[in-house]
This record gives sequence, C-alpha cells and structure tokens, in this order.
Amino acid sequence: MSQQLTQQARQQIAVSGIGGQGVLFVTKLLAETAVHLGWSVLLSETHGMAQRGGNVISHLKVWDPRAAGSTAPTTSTAANGKPPVGFTSPLIRAGQADVLLALHPEALTTHGFYLNPKGTAIVNAPTANGPYTIDADRIAAEIGHAIAANLVLLGFAAGVGALFCTAEPLREILDALGGPRRDVNRQAFQAGLSRAGR
Amino acid sequence: MSKRREILLGNEAIARGLVETGCTMTTSYPGTPASEIVGTLAKWKRQGRIAMHVEWSINEKVAFEVALANSYAGRRSAVSMKQVGLNVASDPLMSAAYTGVAGGFLVVVADDPGPHSSQTEQDSRFSAMGALLPVLDPADPREARDWIRPAFELSERYQVPVLLRPTTRVCHARQDLEVADGAESESAAQFKKDPARWAATPKFRFLLHQQLNDKIRRIALDPSFQPTLTNAGALAEAGSERARGACVVASGVVHAHAVELMQELGLWETLPLFRVRQPYPLSPTFRDRLLADYDRVLVLEETYPVIEWQLQDRTRVQGRTTGLVPNAGELLPEVLEDLLRTFADLPAAVRPQPPTAPGRRPTLCAGCPHRAAFHAIKKVFRKGIYPGDIGCYTLGLNLGAVDTVLCMGASISQATGFYFAHRKAAEAAPPIAATIGDSTFYHAGIPALINAVVQGARFVLVVLDNGTTAMTGHQPTPAGGISLDGRPVPKVLIEDLVRACGVKHLAVGDPYRYREFTALLHAAKAHTQADDGGIAVVIARRPCLMDRAQTSDWQAVQVRVGPDCQGCGICTSQFECPALEDRGKDQPIRIDPGLCSGCGVCIEICPHHALEVQ
Repeated sequence: MSQQLTQQARQQIAVSGIGGQGVLFVTKLLAETAVHLGWSVLLSETHGMAQRGGNVISHLKVWDPRAAGSTAPTTSTAANGKPPVGFTSPLIRAGQADVLLALHPEALTTHGFYLNPKGTAIVNAPTANGPYTIDADRIAAEIGHAIAANLVLLGFAAGVGALFCTAEPLREILDALGGPRRDVNRQAFQAGLSRAGR
Repeated sequence: MSKRREILLGNEAIARGLVETGCTMTTSYPGTPASEIVGTLAKWKRQGRIAMHVEWSINEKVAFEVALANSYAGRRSAVSMKQVGLNVASDPLMSAAYTGVAGGFLVVVADDPGPHSSQTEQDSRFSAMGALLPVLDPADPREARDWIRPAFELSERYQVPVLLRPTTRVCHARQDLEVADGAESESAAQFKKDPARWAATPKFRFLLHQQLNDKIRRIALDPSFQPTLTNAGALAEAGSERARGACVVASGVVHAHAVELMQELGLWETLPLFRVRQPYPLSPTFRDRLLADYDRVLVLEETYPVIEWQLQDRTRVQGRTTGLVPNAGELLPEVLEDLLRTFADLPAAVRPQPPTAPGRRPTLCAGCPHRAAFHAIKKVFRKGIYPGDIGCYTLGLNLGAVDTVLCMGASISQATGFYFAHRKAAEAAPPIAATIGDSTFYHAGIPALINAVVQGARFVLVVLDNGTTAMTGHQPTPAGGISLDGRPVPKVLIEDLVRACGVKHLAVGDPYRYREFTALLHAAKAHTQADDGGIAVVIARRPCLMDRAQTSDWQAVQVRVGPDCQGCGICTSQFECPALEDRGKDQPIRIDPGLCSGCGVCIEICPHHALEVQ
C-alpha cells in the first residue's frame, strides 16, 4: 500500500468534533468528492450514544487506485497474495493522520494524537491555536448560520491546500447533495474559503 | 442492468445484499451498531421500492421467531440485531438450530468491541458455537454484502440458520462499492408439515441433535468459507531463518488492520497471514495443517478467543489464552501493531499517545424532556433508589437519577427486587422510582410490570414516553398506528397496557409542565405508601426534540438570565443542560441561544428565581 502509492495519491483525514456539530456530514462530503474524482474510500464513523454531545471522530482514508496502475477493488485479502492497492483498515492509527479537521477546540486535545507530526491540523477555535486556526463559529454566526461552522472550517481547509482535492469538486458535490441547507452550506463554505485568501 | 459506484455504510451494504439475494422477509429490533440494516430496508419499503416484508418487531425474540416461520415456509429470511439482542433471542436461536430451516435463514448479529454503545463486549461467535451454528466474520462493507449469497446457500445446503457477525467497524464503516439495480426475486410460501422437525418432542430432539452434530462436522469441511493464506509470497520465504515456524491467524476487521500493518512493518514477505472467514466451525484440516507446520501461531480476533479455543495446542498457540492479546477492549490498529512487533521480535513502536483525561461525556440534548423528568424525580424521591434502563435516558445517570442499568426491561424487575430487599429494613425503606423508555417498555417491560403487580411490590415507575426509539435513530413504536409500508394498524397504547397489567394508579403528564408533573409524582409516591396502595405508574409524555416525524405543541420560551443569578451552578451541574454555560463562581451563567430550545424548564428549577421569560 504505502509502497505503491505516492503521498499525493492517498490521504488519511481525521474529522473530530462534538456530537451534533456535523462531523458525519463533513466526512460524507469529503468521501463523495473523492469517489467523484475516481478515488476509493474507506471510512469509519461514530454512531450511537456518543452522538449525544460526546466527542466524536470520523476516520477517512482516500486513495487513487489508478496511481498504482490498478482499478481493482480493495479487499482485505488480495487474490494473488500481492498486497492490495490502497487501504484495507477503516481506522487511522495514532500519529498517521495527514490532516486533522478539528471542529471544536477540544478536538485537538482529544484527538490530536492521531495527527502525523508532519500533518496539518485545521482548527475551529476563537483564538489562534496553531498556524491553521479559524474562528468558524464566529464566521458562521456572522453570516447568520451558526449551525454551518463545519462548512466554514472545510472551506478554509480546502483554501489552504490541506486536502487531497481543491475547493471546486467539493463545491460541486455540495451542490449535488442539495437538501434544504444547500444555500447556507455553500455560503458557509465560501466564507471559510475566502478566509484562506483564495 | 446499470452499474455505478456508491459509498455505502456497512449496514446499507448488508441491506442491499439481502434485497439482491431474494430475501423475502427481514425483521429486527433497533440497536447500535445494527440499526441501519432494517433502517435502510424500512426506508426502501416506505418508498415502495421493495416487496420484502420488513418489520421493526417488538423485541429480538419476536423478530427471530417471525422471520424463522417465513423460513419454515421455504422462503429466504433474515433477522438482524445487536449482540445483546441475541441474548433476548437466544431461546429461539438454540431451538432453531435443532429444528433447522427450510428457506435460507440469516441471523445478522452486530458485535460491538470497545464497547462503543453497548453494555457488554460479548462475542456472538460464542453464541453460535453454543448453539452449534456456523458463523461468518466479514471485514468490510463489501464482504458483508457479497457473503450474503453464499451464506444463504450454506444455510439451504445444510438446512441450518447461519450467523453473519459484522462488528461496529464493519457496520459503521463506509466504502465505495459497485452497485447494480436488479429485480428483486419473489418466492412463493409453502409450509410443508413435518411435526418430527417443526414440533419435535424430546425423543425427536435427540435425533435432531445428532443431525445437527453431523451438519456442523460437514460445514467445517464445506469449501465455501475455508481459511485462506493472504500473503502467498510469505510461504516461499517462510524457510528463511527469522520467520521459520511462525504465522498469524486473523479474522474480521482485525485481519484488515493486519494487512496494512504487516506491509508497514516489513512482515508481508516473511510472516504468513491466514484469514479465517468462518470462525466456527473451524476447518479441522486447516487446524491440523497449522499445528503440523508452525511452532508459533498468533491468533488475532475480536472479542473472545473463539478460533483460538478451537486450536487445541496450548504450547504453540498464542493469543488471549496466553495473555499476549488483551482480554478486553477493541483490537485497535495501535494495539495490533504492538502485538505484531512483540510476536515478530521487532523494536517497540514510537507514536503519539492519546490523552489520559476522559473526554467529554455524552449528555441529554438541550431541551430533552427526560432531563425535566429526571430532575423532578430527584426532587420528589429524595434519597431514593433509581433503577434505570437502556436508551438515551440511561444518561440520567449524569444527573444522579439512574442508579442501575442492567439490560432491557430490568428497571422494573430490579425495582421489584429492591422493594423486597428493603421492605423489612429497620429504618424507613427508601422510596423507589424506576425509569424506562416507551420503546423499552414495549420490548421487555410488560412481563416485568405484571410480575411486580402480582408480587405486591410498591414503587413508582416513570415511563419516559417520547414517542419514538430515540437512541438508535427514531424507529417507530407500537403506538405509531402505521406499518412500514403505510398500512394503518391498531395503536397499542402504554396506558392501556399499564392498566391491563393490573396497575391501579396511573397518571399521564408533560415533564415540561414541571410543577404539574412534580405534583403527579407526589401523588404517585403517596399511592405507594397508602394502606390500600400499590405500584404507581406515571407516563412522562413529550415528543423527542430530535424526531422530525413528531410535531410539538410547545411554544418556545425565550429565557434570559436575570440580575439575581449568583452563578451558584445548580442549573449547570444538577440540571446539566448543555445550553447553560457555567462561567465560574459569582459570575452569572450564560444561555447559548444556538443550543437553547426554549423548553423553559430551567426557570422552574432555579432556586434563586434568577432565570426569567424574556
């Protein structure tokens, strides 16, 4: 896996927050975007009791199977005994995440250990907390949609170039998903993106 | 037939597998991490996309029996549940192993190593072994879907129920899969009478037991789910000095973790990794070959040593029984890395460590009606005993209003036990107030309530009725009055059931109307203490705020913090509403307008009357 794919063709993203902040939605958006780009995905979510205001985390692994010259689906058992292309485990190990999207300042304390020392933490916090901090709560409130702070953070992450993809395909998927909050989501995403100076 | 790629949740993949293989009935009771299997089928049913009979049954035992009869009638059937649900259904499970089945019958049981959202980490593969039934251990959503067809075929070939055992990391993983739209196949029901099987008496049961033993012997050798070698290259290298005589055996998602780790640790070419798909019954040829060829065998599986116990050689097999593999908790990739490093004699890993401080604990939502009910219970039943139950309202333990949580329905039976335990105490017996949710009451509360009544127990039971099965994602309850395919069906109401159980004192109230609700609790308490009194039931009725299917008649109240707030912290610690923010001693609290739902209950519970309507 790691031997076959370059760093540009794979990414491990941890999305952390508090139940109700939209961790699942951000993860879904990233995963759908990856598949739209022809990449493969494997991810793990938190459901159940922890969703009631506890710390929640999603593990997302994305990779481009074409980069290794294969479009074969991943199975945890490769038929020919060769290592499978891409990831097989739905979990990110401690110290392996390329990106940590922290939807809440506490997320850095709780789940910061997943971040690779060379990785990037994108943090929603009222005061600077590393090079990629943004007060997504305030920005979301300013545009009148406090609930959409998750998309402000995602827009910012795309804007600073931390993600496997640019802002454009993310915006396309956001549009395609539609739903009653589509316009709010777009606006919040754009607000975060513009804070990154893009 | 058009094909496309979709990202599917493991449970959605299982639902798809059932539809694609001609399953004509799926039943379930919701429970994390299994809920989205029938949740997905129910959605398709409501949309008119599938003909399959789909039901949220009243509990897992009933669900099992309903689906089993469909299998007796010759049609493919499935029942799904979480691991502790199988405990509820273990009576029919054990017996169905003996009777066998006609149409393919799958028991999908989701285990929860961790545990993340369960009261135990129990391994359903042991339940399969205890029942003498085959069990399959998929590693990802794709396998969970793709194995359903051969699993049905296995079930039909040997005429036995087959268990499919995904874990949380399969159920709640998502993966991009190729999906195709195919026609759902339908099969006619044809129940063939065979009393020697379907209604076997003990004499015939002995014969059925012998037949079952024979089936299990043959299934162990059946080619469909035999163990395989994952890294064929390692076998050629196995002659090299370092790796000689060692191998790893893994199943389920642990195998998926191991595939990544062994590459990263440079073990892929040197350490043979075997994959077990069917942990029970384990292939005897695989077992014999393994023990003949290897001096050291590391077994990696979740959560109990099911494969390990079938490898009957205590000198060469390492795992949970030898203390190498931890005997509790999820086999996370980090744990696995350390195990593989130890086993392969590699240096210890260096990696960031998770914080030792506990994270943020889950809590009832802002405006949750249960919070108001719990606060009132604590006030009325001071120094009481509070048996609790399974659901969102288990979180009443944060408020000090839940003392015990055992299993579904136990609040009522335990209240009965506590009553008799304390009845003859020298001091005055503590008051007892039990809480149970509406769905849990239907599931397992009714026999317990009848028992409490006829034993003459005295306590107050508060049924926290939010009109839905909230914790698991708002599945309907028998009070809904509508089937999944939109047919009107009779509503079964909690108050009717409570009366029919023989309870003489029943009140229904709205916990948002805090003072009136408190008065109902006082009256109920008085009934438990009266000369001609007995058990009393109060139904706390108010729809779940998160359930979009229910409408609320509540006019939201704008609450503001008045000048009398001294920052005493009672509302933030004793009432623990997430919308109330403690800003330290002597500082007035702050209300988070983004979280406050306007229930206004905090106005009632503030001892300083410092919270007021704006």
